[in-house]
Order: sequence, then structure tokens, then C-alpha cells
Amino acid sequence: MKKVIKQVAAIGAAGALLAAGVAFSQAKVSDGIVKIGVLTDLSGLYSDLAGPGSVLAAQMAIDDFRAETKGGAPFKIEIVSADHLNKGDIAANRAREWFERDNVDMIADLVTTSTALAVMPIAQKLGKITIVSGAASTLITNEQCTENNVHWTYDTYALANGTGRAVVKQGGDSWYFLTADYAFGHSLEKDTGAVVQASGGKVLGAVRHPFPGTDFSSFLLKAQASGAKVIGLANAGTDTTNSIRQASEFGITPKQQLAGLLMFVSDVHSLGPKVAGGMYLTETFYWDLNEQTRAWSKRFFDKQKRMPTMVHAGVYSGVLHYLRSVAATGTDDAKAVMGRMRATPVNDFFAPGARIREDGRLIKDAYLFQVKTPAESKGPWDLYHLRQTIPADQAWQPLADSRCALVTKKK
Amino acid sequence: MNVRVNGTLLGIALLLVVGLIAPLLVYPTFMMKVWCFALFACAFNLLLGYTGLLSFGHAAFLSVGGYLAGHACKAWGFTPELGILLGTCAGGAVGYVFGWLAIRRSGIYFAMITLALSQMIYFVWLQAPFTGGEDGLQGVPRGRAFGLIDLDNIYAMYYFVFAVFMAGFLLIYRTIHSPFGQVLKSIRENEPRAISLGYDVDRFKVLAFTLSAALSGTAGATKTLVFQLASLSDAHWHMSGEVVLMTLLGGLGTVFGPVVGALLVITLQNQLPQGVGAWVPVIMGSIFVVCVTAFRRGIVGELQALFRR
Amino acid sequence: MAELLGITPQALFGQLLVGLINGSFYAILSLGLAIIFGLLNIINFTHGAQYMMGAFIAWIGFYKLGEWVGNPDLVVNYWWSLLLAPLAVGAFGILIEKTLLKRLYHLDHLYGLLLTFGIALICEGLFRTWFGISGLRYDVPAQLTGGQNLGFMFMPNYRAWVVVASLAVCFVTWFVIERTKLGSYLRAGTENPRLLQAFGINVPLMITLTYGYGVALAAFAGVLAAPIFQVNPLMGSNLIIVVFAVVVIGGMGSIAGAIVTGVGLGLIEGVVKSGVIATVIDKATSGSPIVAQAIYPVKLLFQPEASAVIIFVVMVIVLLVRPAGLFGREK
Repeated sequence: MKKVIKQVAAIGAAGALLAAGVAFSQAKVSDGIVKIGVLTDLSGLYSDLAGPGSVLAAQMAIDDFRAETKGGAPFKIEIVSADHLNKGDIAANRAREWFERDNVDMIADLVTTSTALAVMPIAQKLGKITIVSGAASTLITNEQCTENNVHWTYDTYALANGTGRAVVKQGGDSWYFLTADYAFGHSLEKDTGAVVQASGGKVLGAVRHPFPGTDFSSFLLKAQASGAKVIGLANAGTDTTNSIRQASEFGITPKQQLAGLLMFVSDVHSLGPKVAGGMYLTETFYWDLNEQTRAWSKRFFDKQKRMPTMVHAGVYSGVLHYLRSVAATGTDDAKAVMGRMRATPVNDFFAPGARIREDGRLIKDAYLFQVKTPAESKGPWDLYHLRQTIPADQAWQPLADSRCALVTKKK
Repeated sequence: MNVRVNGTLLGIALLLVVGLIAPLLVYPTFMMKVWCFALFACAFNLLLGYTGLLSFGHAAFLSVGGYLAGHACKAWGFTPELGILLGTCAGGAVGYVFGWLAIRRSGIYFAMITLALSQMIYFVWLQAPFTGGEDGLQGVPRGRAFGLIDLDNIYAMYYFVFAVFMAGFLLIYRTIHSPFGQVLKSIRENEPRAISLGYDVDRFKVLAFTLSAALSGTAGATKTLVFQLASLSDAHWHMSGEVVLMTLLGGLGTVFGPVVGALLVITLQNQLPQGVGAWVPVIMGSIFVVCVTAFRRGIVGELQALFRR
Repeated sequence: MAELLGITPQALFGQLLVGLINGSFYAILSLGLAIIFGLLNIINFTHGAQYMMGAFIAWIGFYKLGEWVGNPDLVVNYWWSLLLAPLAVGAFGILIEKTLLKRLYHLDHLYGLLLTFGIALICEGLFRTWFGISGLRYDVPAQLTGGQNLGFMFMPNYRAWVVVASLAVCFVTWFVIERTKLGSYLRAGTENPRLLQAFGINVPLMITLTYGYGVALAAFAGVLAAPIFQVNPLMGSNLIIVVFAVVVIGGMGSIAGAIVTGVGLGLIEGVVKSGVIATVIDKATSGSPIVAQAIYPVKLLFQPEASAVIIFVVMVIVLLVRPAGLFGREK
């Protein structure tokens, strides 16, 4: 027994030494390797909008970084990936293992809010970085914000803001919400409702459906009975696509208009222009925006056989910016790299000139799209008309409304 | 009899040694997970293995312990040991209510009722404001045990978890070998007879259910501290199925079976290489089928039978 | 009336109709469980997986089979699936009964539950690795697209068909069991299999075929469900727990009981989803805030979003009042 206690003491001492060692070796990249973990949904509901495509996007960023530095960077880059099955506990487990045992320096993607919120505090505690691309909730940059995190691609505020305002402007001034009954759905409903009212529209009511749902008919009937011009779908993934299909089954559309509040180009692609044509939605990226986005998307398409979503583009952009910052500071110490990332503007096709705000929000342009009708669409991925570019300074939640401790502390 | 008791004591000593040196050999966080689930499975075994009641809703108690301990430590500044105590009491309280309702029916109905009740708990967690619903409850601080030991140190945390496990394990061991435990076994073997001997069988069943649920709450609370989060997967009925599997695989109604079962199942889940993850349910289902059709005594049960021969 | 309920009677009627559609699924699934339980004394945990497999067989027949056998013209349409999928899944069920379940009849019935739970995990896992979990789309057959405007709501033809088809199957099953010679053997087997065997009836065969039929009912429901819900490997696993609760509420003593309970609970769900009860409670207590406060937790149970738990709440109440279930007797 005594022996064991001695051993325990020895372990403790070794641990302390190790910790001290880490503290003093900030000057250069630890063990000469920068290790990037892509933690994403490889098999589930969101594997089309993130998943293997996100791993590919991260790899493309590493390739492009190598090409830029012509192999001149004084460190090796490794990439690991894993499936988090959209569950917070599995994501947390894996992240802890990667950080503690495998010396991963940064984790990218994190598709659902649950996984992002689970991994962020662990990264903060262990001095590592997270770059969230797939998750949507504004909690990530508000109540639960951390210093070592950047929310890269989009959030519910931006989507609600873009779509809500545009639809009211088109004449859809009375709304009824079909809301997935959990935190994410509630926040989407609340954010959009505020925007609708601010733009002069009315919110007639909301019905909440159990999450995840399969049969939306009774909820759709309530929405129909409300007589609202617009039914706002404050849900995501198959809940959204199923409600859209069932709305057309019950003859609700096209008499009443649907507004998808969180939809990706991959969802629209699977619904097809016949069902989804005419809908408005907001995204921060579309492959067919300009010369650079088309060039990058073509490279992506050649390997993945699908066009990239905004999540894919965001993973690429985040990883590239991270690697450039590591090269510039010459260390993988989270604090130094994060400082550099915040100090320099992003420079790529996804977010040219964009900056990271104090709360960890990347501030870039967003776009309002309308889905093309079957007559307008010239190919399986020719899906959107660009209706409006929402400039970066209007697209996101104003810093004045922030509930992030990093911001409120300073006030 | 004497030989068997000594065998059990030997087993406990072995368990202690393994537990103390394990972090030198394996990744400690992994072992912590194993101990949490081993305690969960042992608590479950108390009910199924020794009282003969199959609960298909034990995930409810794991999650009650997990969420309440997590919330108490995060929002009310509870120390870890107080958090675990709260989780234990809460698990027991919910267990008492469940048990009181479910013992109105027996056998298969009992299993289905516990399943349905645990599904209600699942929806409570989905709705309750403090659990974060689908997002889960994150950032639970590990804090300082008894205000002294900093549990952010991975080895301190490990030995803390192991101590919790051993305490729970020994409590169950004592219970099984107490007069109370003997009554439970007699209920399992022949309920009408236990009634005719004058035992208030329903009271014993509810008590066993409550104790089992309380210790499941302990396991859930400890698990929340280890991973610093509580999530809906703990409350899902798949979790209830998993604990049945661990117990069945290791050996129903044996002291060490659930520990062995938990170790094997957790190792299996952790060690499967990338891309094979989707096969986990298939493998678990196959183990179920094999255990039920050909291997009903489980690993430890078979070993015991081998030695006794 | 509309004042009091918060919605128009028409809208309430629409909700009841939607509840009836769900109720007919509950009825057909709990009927299968009850038949199997009656003779085999096991709860078939694989029921949800078999329901899912019915839907998948329909989907594969329509979209994939031709490709697999190298003949793209080969399409098993919806109507054929309605016949073939139950046969295929029923045969699979018979295989399970012959090879695995049979070994467990002399043991505690709990082992049957655990075995079928294991098989359910295997089936769901396999379909998951083969087809992913995103859900696959199955189109409504051409004959049943469109719908009728009933004045108070727009009723899709397909949903009307689902109600008619499943209630018809339920009725036929009830008739065969309660009113025919074959059914009398079955009922006798439920009461006393040994005595029946002594009369020269092949009881093991009867058990096998009964299991096959119960399973086929699940597959039939699966094919009916395919065009409404997406075809998804996990589509049965959440449904089965609700159906278990239905079975506990009804008690598994009677065939008619299983059907009536299933439909009834579907209707109750419909009422809760419409929000009528919550509104009535609001109106009734609007006079005194204290009562409203006190009754608030009860009201929460009748909000539309609580429709997922209302069946469990009913189950608890029934257990307290009538532990054997509404139509049940203790076995």
C-alpha cells in the first residue's frame, strides 16, 4: 500500500513537472508538429453539410498553406478526424483524449451546438483552440463564449436577421412559427420574431413540435388555421425538409409561404427546386458567387462530387487562417496564436478582409438568396439567385447587445 | 462456503490493486469512465441479479444524478462530494417513485413500465431550462474535493473516482450479504413463498429499487464530474439497454460480473477503429443474442461454475 | 364554442382526424404485440425494427432492386410491397422463432425480451451502416396523390387510405381470432397450450405462425408509413416505446382492447396537440390567479409540445387506478 502511495506521489510530481515544462516551452511549436483535429458528423444527419467534406476542406487548407510557404514552415502538420455523432458527451470525450493524450492543438468544425458547447470549455481549460464552423447557436459567442474560440461561419442571429427582414419586405408581414421544442428552436423563433416586428411585421403565434419530429401534420394544420401569410420553420435538418414536404402534401403551400430559417444548400439540393423553389434563405457562402468561390468549389467538387456548403468553406477558411497565424508567431501556444488570429484580417475567398470580434464572432458579409424555380435552374447545383448582400456590419448581432463575459466585463 | 468467501475477498483485493495501478498503464480518463459504468452496472445488478426485477429504465437515474450534480456544482457552487451526495439522493428519490409505481405489475410489464417512465424523464430533461436541452449541460467544474484536493489534476480525479466506485461497490457487497440481501434473494427465487413467510415483499422491492437507483445516481453524478458535462445520451433508453448488457455479459447475480462487463463494453466502444463506429450496435446486439441463448451465466458466472466443479 | 376552445370546431376536427391516423398505426402495432404476447408470452422488442424493415423493403423494391439485379425495369411498386414486405419480414420472423426464440420458452420470459432487444439492435445497426440515418424518401403512389377538401381541412388521399387500410386489417384479424374455428384454437392455446396439444393440435407450428403473423402486421404498418414519414433505420425505435405504453394501458388480454386503446390514444394525442385542453384550463382559471398558479404543472402536460409524453401520463394514471390495464387481466 505504501509503495502505491509513493507511486502516486511520483506520478503527481511528474505531472507537475510536465505542466511546468509546458509553461516554459511556449517559444516554439511543441514537438515540432501542429496537429489539427476535425471533429464532425461523419455518419449522421449532417454528414452532407459537414462530415467528410469538412475533413477534405481542412486538408485543402493544409495543402494550400504548404504551397504558400513552399514547405518553408518550420513544423509538420498533421490532421486527425473523428465522428462525434452529434452528441455532446462523445465530442467531449474525444476532444479530451485528443488534447490530453494525442497533443492535438486545434479542433475545427463541431457541427451541432451541443458538441461545440461541450468542447469549447475543455479547450479553454487545457489551453487549446476551437474554430466552430458547423454549429449555429448564438450561445457560442454570448453566454458560453470563451477566449480560445472563434465562431467562424454563421449563426442563428444572422440567418434570422437576413431572412426575416427580407420576407417582410416582400410583403410577408404576418408570421406564424413552427418551432422545434428545444433551446435552438426557441432562440431561432425569438430572434426571427424580433426581426419581423422590427421590420413592421406581425407575429401571430407559434406552435412547438417535439424534437426530433416525424409527423408535422397537426402542427401545420394549426399554422394553417392561424391565417398567417408566412410560416417560419424554426427547426433544422430533416425536421425542416419533412415540414416542407408535408406542407405541400396538405395543400398549405403555395397558399401560405414557408420561410426556412436554417437551411443549407445541401438541404435545398435534396428537396429540389420543385418543392423548394421561391423560398428565401440566408447563407454566408454559395459556390457560384464569384470567380474565386467557383474556382475553389470546383476543386472541392472534383474530389467530393458535391458542391461545398458554407460549413465546408468555413472550415477551410478557419484552418488556413490558423496555420498562417501559427507560422507568423512561430508557436502553437493558444494565447499567442489566438492573439495573432484576432489581430490580422482573414485573407481568402470565403471571408476577404474579415475580422474576429472580441466575443469570438467572425464578422463577414452574409447573403440573402432565393431558391430558383425548376424553369430557372440549369443544373442540379444551380439553385440560388443572389437577392441581397448583407454587409458585415449589419449582418451580425451588435456588440452592444452581447451577453459574452469577455465583452461585458470591459464595459 | 469458507472457500468462496475467501475467493471473494481475494477478488476485492485484486480489484483494489488493479484500480490503484491502472493509471500507470492506461489513459486515466478512460479508466474513470470504466469505474463510473462499473458502479452503474453493479447497482443495476443489485436489482436484476439479486432481486429478479428487470428495469429497462435505469438510464433515468443515471441522468437524474448527472444533471442535478452538474447543476449544483456549476450554478450553486457545490463541492464535488456534495454534488455526488445530491445526485445520489435525487436518484434514490426518483427511484422510490418509479419503484412504487412499477411494482404494481411484475415481469415483462414491470420492464415496460420502467421504460416508459424513464422516457418521461428524458422529456423532462429535454424541456427543463437548466439542462440546456439538446445542447447538454457543459462546463461543470470539477472543483476541490473536501475543499482540499484539486480535481483538475488528472490523477487526483482518478483516485477520487476510484474511491467513489469502491465505496459504492463495498456497500452493494455488504447489502447482498446482509439479512436484507437474503430476503431479496428469496423474493427472486420464490416470491409467493417469501410472502407466505410474512415478508412485506412490496416494501423490500421498493427499497431495493431505491437503493439501486440511488447508486446509479452516484455513478451519473461522478460521470458528470469526470467529463464536466451531462447530456441527453445518459437519459436515452439505449443507455438502459447498455447497462443490461454489461450486467448480462459479466454475469447476472455475481459480485464482480458487472465490473468485468462494464470494462469489456467500454473497451469495445472505445477501441473500435474509425469508420467501424456504426457497427457498435450490431456488435452489442450480437453479444446480447449470444449471452441470452448460450451464455446465460455470463463470464464471471461461467468461471465460478468452472472452479466449483 | 370557438371562444371557449381557442380554436374553431373545424380545426379541432382536423386535429382529431390527424390523431386518428397516428392512432391507426398504434392500433396495428399494439395488435401485433398483443397476439404474440398471448401465445408466446414474450414482448417482442424487435417489433419496431420489423416495422422499419417493412418500410425499407418497400423502398428497396421501388428504388434499388432493379439496380441490384441488373434489370433497371424491375420495380416492385407500392401495392406489391404491401403484400410482399409483410411476407418477407414474416418469414424472417419465423426464422428467428425457429432458431432462437424457441430455445427460451422454458426460461423466464425476461430472456425473450432481452433476446428480441438484441435482435432489434442488430437489425437497426445493419440498416444504419447500409443506408445511413438521414432518412430516405418514398413517394406516395400515383393513385393516392392529391387530396379532398373536406371543408374544415384538406385531407390528403394517402392519409385517408392509411386509416382505412389499417383499420380493415385490424378488423379482419379480430374477426379471425374471435369468430372463427382457427381463432378458437388460438384462444385455447393462449389459455392452456398443453391441453390443446393433447387434442391433437400442432401447437409449436401454431406458435411459429402466430409470431410470423404478428411480425407481418408490423411490416405492413411499415409499408403504410413509408410515404408519410421518411424511411429511416431508427423510425421504429422511438415508436415502439410509445406502443409499449399503449400495451400497458390496454392490457394485453384482449384483441379488441389493443385496437381500441391504440386508436383512442391517437385521438387523445390529437386533442393535446390542438392545445384545446390547455386553453380550457386557462379560461377556467382566468378568474383566480392562485388556482391558475396551482394548476400550472398540470397545464404543462397538455401543451401541444407535451404530446410526446401524454401517453406516458395516461399510463401512470391507468396504473394507479387499474393496474391490470383497461382491458387486461393479470397473467
